[in-house]
Amino acid sequence: MTLRYPDEPLDDLPAPPVTFTDGDGRSIEIKQATDECIEPLVEMYLKFDSQDRAQGIPPSGEEPIRKWLNIVTEDKSLNVIAWDGDEAVGHAMLVADDDGSYELAIFVIQSHQNAGIGTELLRTALGEGQSQGINRVWLSVERWNKPAIAVYEKIGFERMDDTSFERQMTVRLGAE
Amino acid sequence: MQLIVGVDGSDYGLRALGESIERAQQLGGDVTVALYSDGQTALDEIESLVSEELSAYDIDVDVIWLEEEPGSQLIELAEREGYDQIVLPGGQRSPLGKINLSNTIEFVLLNAQTTVTLVR
Repeated sequence: MTLRYPDEPLDDLPAPPVTFTDGDGRSIEIKQATDECIEPLVEMYLKFDSQDRAQGIPPSGEEPIRKWLNIVTEDKSLNVIAWDGDEAVGHAMLVADDDGSYELAIFVIQSHQNAGIGTELLRTALGEGQSQGINRVWLSVERWNKPAIAVYEKIGFERMDDTSFERQMTVRLGAE
Repeated sequence: MQLIVGVDGSDYGLRALGESIERAQQLGGDVTVALYSDGQTALDEIESLVSEELSAYDIDVDVIWLEEEPGSQLIELAEREGYDQIVLPGGQRSPLGKINLSNTIEFVLLNAQTTVTLVR
């Protein structure tokens, strides 16, 4: 895929672990995922409301969820999780494409939405990506999903393509 | 039942082909296969994938190549030849598993006057 990227890299991104108090007063910890995180992620996605699915993910049902998590946690990818105690409540992932760029997606469970977790989780995942030397990140979002697009733009993503159902947005983390 | 099935280089393309043939065999009807490139796979590569898939079925089908503007060519063909249904592959998966609909699929969905089926 040929996408354009902004010229200037983002700066001032946090790196995990990050602890903060969300908009509803809960203490949330954001950490990089380890192999032991698969089960809490399966739990999180089993609780996921189908109205918040995006372009077919997360899939529904335990087996499809496990298969999908296998894909997004392969060696070259980067996964960051937001925790409320021992419950995974948010998950951001950066998955390598064939092009040396990374595709980003993020999900926050319904009970913890609209509390600032998504923004913090995204910034932290991008910060970790930056410190691991990832330069280019892209995502696709349904073009009617205005709240998500607003969050991505606030963080620094730019719209690069509106020719299809999905809007492509890109951000630069490092110069090349 | 006259079906025209668009096949690109994706896995869903071959699924769309297989399902169309099975449906045509059940209901009695003809299948036309329209090959188009998704920008990643060349048409002759797609044709050899299709020939391999077709060899598993006992059916004669017409195979045509849509080289440019496959969306509008599909629609024109469906209208001119009176096809009942257009069957298309149900999108492409991104590296992390998101479904993306190509411009061809979007064009056909919005402009077709026949029923359109997306196969997953």
